[in-house]
Amino acid sequence: MAKRRFNLSKGKLIALGVLVALVVLAVLAVEDWHQLWKISSAPDNVPIVAMLFLVPIFTWMGIKQSLANDRLIKELEQDPKLAKTHHRKVEPWRPGWARELHVWPYLVRIEFLVAVIVTVVLFVWSITLNAPLEEPANPNLTMNPSKAPWYFLGLQEMLVYFDPWIAGVVMPSLIMVGLMVFPYVDSNPLGNGYYTLRQRRFAIGMFSVGFLQWLLLIVIGTFIRGPGWIWFWPGQTWDHNAVVFDKNIDLHDLIATSWIGKTLQLGFLQSNWGKWIFGGLVVGGFYVVGALFFHWLMTVDFKRISLRPLHLFPRDPFERKLLERTSILQYVTFQFFAISVLLAMPVKLILRLALTIKYVWVTPWFNI
Amino acid sequence: MEPERPDQPEYKETKQLTGDETAGSSLVEKVRESGMALKERAVGEVKSYKDPQDTQLWKSIFRVSHDRSDPRNRSLAILSNVFLHLHPAKINRDAVRYPFTWGMGGITFYLFIVLTFTGVLLMFYYHPTKADAFKDILYLEHDVPFGKLLRNMHRWAAHLMVITTWLHMFRVVLTGSYKRPREFNWGVGVVLLVLTLLLSFTGYLLPDDQLGFWAVTVGTNMARATPMLGSEGPFGVQLGMTPFNDVRFGLLGGSIVDSNALLRSYIWHCIGIPLVASIFMAVHFWRIRKDGGISGPAPVVLESEMKAVKKK
Ligand code: HEM
Repeated sequence: MAKRRFNLSKGKLIALGVLVALVVLAVLAVEDWHQLWKISSAPDNVPIVAMLFLVPIFTWMGIKQSLANDRLIKELEQDPKLAKTHHRKVEPWRPGWARELHVWPYLVRIEFLVAVIVTVVLFVWSITLNAPLEEPANPNLTMNPSKAPWYFLGLQEMLVYFDPWIAGVVMPSLIMVGLMVFPYVDSNPLGNGYYTLRQRRFAIGMFSVGFLQWLLLIVIGTFIRGPGWIWFWPGQTWDHNAVVFDKNIDLHDLIATSWIGKTLQLGFLQSNWGKWIFGGLVVGGFYVVGALFFHWLMTVDFKRISLRPLHLFPRDPFERKLLERTSILQYVTFQFFAISVLLAMPVKLILRLALTIKYVWVTPWFNI
Repeated sequence: MEPERPDQPEYKETKQLTGDETAGSSLVEKVRESGMALKERAVGEVKSYKDPQDTQLWKSIFRVSHDRSDPRNRSLAILSNVFLHLHPAKINRDAVRYPFTWGMGGITFYLFIVLTFTGVLLMFYYHPTKADAFKDILYLEHDVPFGKLLRNMHRWAAHLMVITTWLHMFRVVLTGSYKRPREFNWGVGVVLLVLTLLLSFTGYLLPDDQLGFWAVTVGTNMARATPMLGSEGPFGVQLGMTPFNDVRFGLLGGSIVDSNALLRSYIWHCIGIPLVASIFMAVHFWRIRKDGGISGPAPVVLESEMKAVKKK
């Protein structure tokens, strides 16, 4: 095999430069190292710090195997004759090998080894780091911030963007049920029992987006939220007296009082009926646009997208075939969960954080 | 049938001590001789214990010897052992490759066992009452031998179990292992994930410190907002929900996080959820076997080989 030489192209150099600059900026921006250290070394937060390493390591392990399989798939896909005779695994069976192994000892010894390693890790961790214990519970002394354990901080962070019944009840239920129906809406028969990205781009993409969103919310909840659940950048001192004026306004108010609203005389949006209907239309419109977006994502061939000549909807023939295998029920179910969770979450996050919009739909019974 | 077992050691024929033969020798001689005979016998016996697998004790427990390389014994080692019989006797050679499963499901299960073990030990020192709970934790940390280590291990194993469950699920997605015929087992897995999170959450209150108290307060406050079942949720008031009869009240056994809440989370944490989780785990493992074992590493299938959908 030819030696791979590390060559620095211009693009890579620029990317590297930007990265270094970002790191330097981030370090310079830290005004309170003590605060940062206090948060990241809080014993109950150490697992998240561990996750920041574990998730990438295992993701890399999965991607590596996927790419190896994908190379094999591509090769066989291009040469149907070869495909008839060629082996189908990256590490194929060799003549003379047994096809099956005895579980004793070949599996049991691995299990034993792993158990020993996990035990040692746990002992070291437990000897070096103490479980936290605060003052005795005191209902009269509110902890500020009072945070749930880190794996629930995603839910707690969602409280910022949604009313409690959505963040605390509807969203978790949707996530659970959404996970359960996942196998039933994935109509792709390929990639059953082997790593591949090429054959399952959409399914893996969707799951990973959800997983990452969840982790992102946890990271925000842990490292960024301070007293009063106010946004403090990592490294900023937590100011216990900080007050943030609630400048968030509802979408119908924003539009009615804006320049456009005034010129078009949209004041009726602020009436009771006006805001119910307006909000309903906005949410309905969101589902329509969302459905179109996911449909596009599902079928587009990213490699053939171009701006000049404008070609935004090139279809991927393989994804088309998969869509044909998908029943209407599967399709609608998927769209519902994808829009209500995967899309609604980031959209609401951006609306709230960047555009300071509180609700888009205000009714006497619920607000969204 | 017991092949290649070393024969029972042969004992040298000891002299029969009859009356006339001993008549001439002294008493000392007699004692010496029988002493020698006894020693020889003991040496022989010890030699036969050298291989513990040949002892009656071993055989009674394990029923088969494990180190024999003949296939029948190796299979029996798995099949006749109550702890190992969840495994098949033989598996596909590739299925033992660590990078495929990352061993994550197995690690998660092992952590569950560690948690059960350390949890039972913690229960010896813990009373779920407002008067005792916090003091018991202090006692554990400062007076109980290895109490601090015990508490730390229980805590960190719990955190680790949450992480490994997520990673396990991620692996199952990456290898497409939730596909037919394993869709149902994926669903069982989702339930296990929720139970794992609930186990951690109910445990958080038990030290009865500020951390747990406020975390649980924040958490259960959300239950107030449950549609129809919570006093502050949509349509809750219309259905007659008040802070004294809604779901939150049911969870806490009261309208505030207090002694009833402590008792309830203790019982959920130590009995209720572990019991349910064990049942689901049993189903999870059973289904892995029934679904044909681990899904891969399977041979890759090409796009061109995709079968047409059956028209019903
Ligand atoms: C308490 C939590 C869990 C335990 C103890 C557990 C245990 C296991 C074990 C030991 C295996 C064998 C293969 C391996 O180690 O990867 C396995 C396989 C599997 N698990 Fe889990 N699991 C848990 C949670 C989950 C979750 C959250 C999911 C998905 C949502 C899941 C879905 C599956 C599936 C589909 C398989 C079959 C994989 C294959 O055939 O390749 N499990 N589980």
